[in-house]
Amino acid sequence: MSKRRVIPGFGLSMGFSITYLSLIILIPLVALFLKAATLGPAEWWFILTSPRMIAAAKLTFGASAAAALVSTVFGLLVTWVLVRYRFPGRRLLDAMVDLPFALPTAVAGITLTAIYAPNGWLGETLAKWGIEAAYSPLGVFIALTFIGFPFVVRTLQPVMEDFGSECEEAAATLGAGRWVIFRRVIFPMFIPALITGFTLAFARAIGEYGSVIFISGNLPMQTEILPLLIVSQLEQFKYEAAAVIAAGMLIVSFVLLFLINLLQRRLSWQNR
Amino acid sequence: MSISIQSISKSFGAYAALEDISLEVPDGSLTALVGPSGSGKTTLLRIVAGLDFADPGPGKIAFHGEDVIDIPAAKRGVGFVFQHYALFRHMSVAQNIAFGLSVLPGAARPKKTEIRDRVKELLKLVKLEGLDLRRPHELSGGQRQRVALARALAIRPKVLLLDEPFGALDAQVRKDLRRWLRVFHDEIGLTTLFVTHDQEEALELSDQVVVMRNARIEQVGKPQTVYDHPRSPFVYEFLGNVNKLHAGKDVRYVRPHEIDVLFAAEFDPATDSLARVHHLFSAGPIATLTVKLGDGQFLDIELSRRHLAELSLSVGDEVAVRPPPFERGQS
Amino acid sequence: MSRSTVTTESAPVRLLLIGTAVAFLSLFLLLPLAAVFVEAFRKGWEVFLASLHEEAALDAIKLTLLAAGISVPLNTLFGVSAAWLVTKFKFRGRSLLVSLIDLPFAVSPVIAGLVWVLLFGAKGWFGHWLAEHDIKIIFALPGIVIATVFVTFPFVARELIPLMETQGSDQEEAAVTLGANGWHIFWRVTLPNIKWGLLYGVLLCNARAMGEFGAVSVVSGHISGETNTLPLHVEVLYNEYQFSAAFACATLLAFLALITLSLKTAVEHFTGHSSQNNH
Repeated sequence: MSKRRVIPGFGLSMGFSITYLSLIILIPLVALFLKAATLGPAEWWFILTSPRMIAAAKLTFGASAAAALVSTVFGLLVTWVLVRYRFPGRRLLDAMVDLPFALPTAVAGITLTAIYAPNGWLGETLAKWGIEAAYSPLGVFIALTFIGFPFVVRTLQPVMEDFGSECEEAAATLGAGRWVIFRRVIFPMFIPALITGFTLAFARAIGEYGSVIFISGNLPMQTEILPLLIVSQLEQFKYEAAAVIAAGMLIVSFVLLFLINLLQRRLSWQNR
Repeated sequence: MSISIQSISKSFGAYAALEDISLEVPDGSLTALVGPSGSGKTTLLRIVAGLDFADPGPGKIAFHGEDVIDIPAAKRGVGFVFQHYALFRHMSVAQNIAFGLSVLPGAARPKKTEIRDRVKELLKLVKLEGLDLRRPHELSGGQRQRVALARALAIRPKVLLLDEPFGALDAQVRKDLRRWLRVFHDEIGLTTLFVTHDQEEALELSDQVVVMRNARIEQVGKPQTVYDHPRSPFVYEFLGNVNKLHAGKDVRYVRPHEIDVLFAAEFDPATDSLARVHHLFSAGPIATLTVKLGDGQFLDIELSRRHLAELSLSVGDEVAVRPPPFERGQS
Repeated sequence: MSRSTVTTESAPVRLLLIGTAVAFLSLFLLLPLAAVFVEAFRKGWEVFLASLHEEAALDAIKLTLLAAGISVPLNTLFGVSAAWLVTKFKFRGRSLLVSLIDLPFAVSPVIAGLVWVLLFGAKGWFGHWLAEHDIKIIFALPGIVIATVFVTFPFVARELIPLMETQGSDQEEAAVTLGANGWHIFWRVTLPNIKWGLLYGVLLCNARAMGEFGAVSVVSGHISGETNTLPLHVEVLYNEYQFSAAFACATLLAFLALITLSLKTAVEHFTGHSSQNNH
């Protein structure tokens, strides 16, 4: 069946895009699952329920969720301030929000470590109070928050900029105070964007490697994240085990993203 | 060059956009496709241009007898003016107009100087001399539209197709441009098909009006004919204000200007009805009167202001109203 | 933009909110950025310059430029092609394709490296065949390139698709009715309209390509002077406790980030639009 098209280039762009997508993304990912499938269910179970694996999974998903949540709260605050108020240095800060996107993760990793290590810029003070920032789960959380909060700001910003003051003014003429207006009129409008931002920050955090491994200390059972566990399996040439962990991670991430997506669709549908 | 459309259908999935459309557009005419939104008029125009494709079948589109349905849009030789003009934003007015000539294959492409002369000529034709270096965003809506027209004409098209040519303009500019386009068309004599949702525009501008509704052609004819002898209630209502008079099961359509208003004393029971003045409106060239008939129906009547002054009516007065003699073909 | 009193907060609340936000941003943006440069110069200019002049550092810079120089054009080509496909045509599976383009965002860089090791590594699907024909992919330049391509895959497409979607196809259709062929339409009509978005996408893709760590680290093998990119070189120096040297090399990457951000701000200024893209 050849359907006629007005604008040229359908065959060429379709052919190239699909071939490239298959070669670079699809075939390698399928290969990963096939490799993982060479092990039977018993071996899968054994690898995925080993205490080290469970500890790493708990840390990865727990710290990612916590970091994404904190990113969402501060992302909302930062976006609000950047969009609604005028103050010196605002434009500079606005431009700088993208720094964590642009800064290579390894640089972020060693820098955050220099700040939060026990002899570091802030770490020294924190250590005096008995808070161990680097080389602890807290360090993982700090790195993931650094990586995550720009997602929330950049998702929320356009929504907030488009949000006219008419609704607020209407609420004010109906006698509502500022806090009530924020809670009942403004905030609900931002929920879908906040969930998207949270999801993006969360997804990125689960897979994050470079910024975490320097600050975490990488102690098995304590501060080892899943991507690092994969690397250590690879270094021992346990390809199958690495593939199983990676496949498990991908499945869990996809399911989580899918569920959050569903939730968001329902919410944005209600908001209409 | 005439356009001949024969049994063209188009569906998007289960939705039929055009059902078995046949239409003749005479050589040199200015034909209007008019209808409410969703009636299929733009789809038909795009199919004639080759920007959409009719469903496979016996359908034919011919320019001056030559079947063009298998000729791609790029080679069909139609001048198409888009609703929002689709000017190339990053090019000057002159570059926009020259585009069609500059993309011709090597041998057919005119020399640079020839292109420049042609652009000059076209700018003069559309009365935009001196604006050749402007960018589209520096032009007014009406100027943009004329650039789009000049760009379409540059390739010496066989036919000219305009999609809602005045749709994006202010009311005043719209009126001026409408008149200008009519004169312009008579000068160049190019077969032109245009789409509009505005019945007034269609009636004022065209030689032939095609009224469309729900993917079908409802009526084709000269503006006067279609206005005076609508073939269906839909056409009656669509092409101007109309009173719908119910008499038992029958419905009669009467245009507001067709009704005479007389003093109640002149009442003739054979032709007239008695009514009471409900509302008067005379802030315009034509006065409008709303009267309430004995059976509770309202009737809008248009009359000259002088006539209204002679009657010296005020709200609540009784008058006799006389519709035109009953015409056959209505129901 | 000034707001009426009913739509803004009282001055103390405003100050509190601004203060908290600025404190957060200082802690998470300005402090790390300052730390990179301060740590780099902790032992003075000489050590800083010497660290950059070291042969391993120069090799790492070269390799980084080379890997980005191959992978960025490839992904640019793909981005333009995919954006053309999904914005100019309707076809079945279109929305699936759009989600697949985003897929690498949800895949850990480590996994992006792992998949290539599983295919081309010594014990991988094609490992034996490659060894027989003496072709090196893993622990060599090709591996670094394909890992980088995987990670930076969506950047250009992600930038172009929303842009081209808002622009619609009117101008392209107008060009068609004027007799233009595909080549003319792309170069003379589409490209001038998307050039800023494209530039921005390429910049982001490049920044990520040069800075990629996880994926490249898995496939590189860390062979000094051969398969160490600049981020990997930073890691090696850091793990060898050569902190000043590590940070000196890190300043180059931080510079790259700052340049990317400035160009981004400039592009937004030019086009008057802020990008809504996320990565």
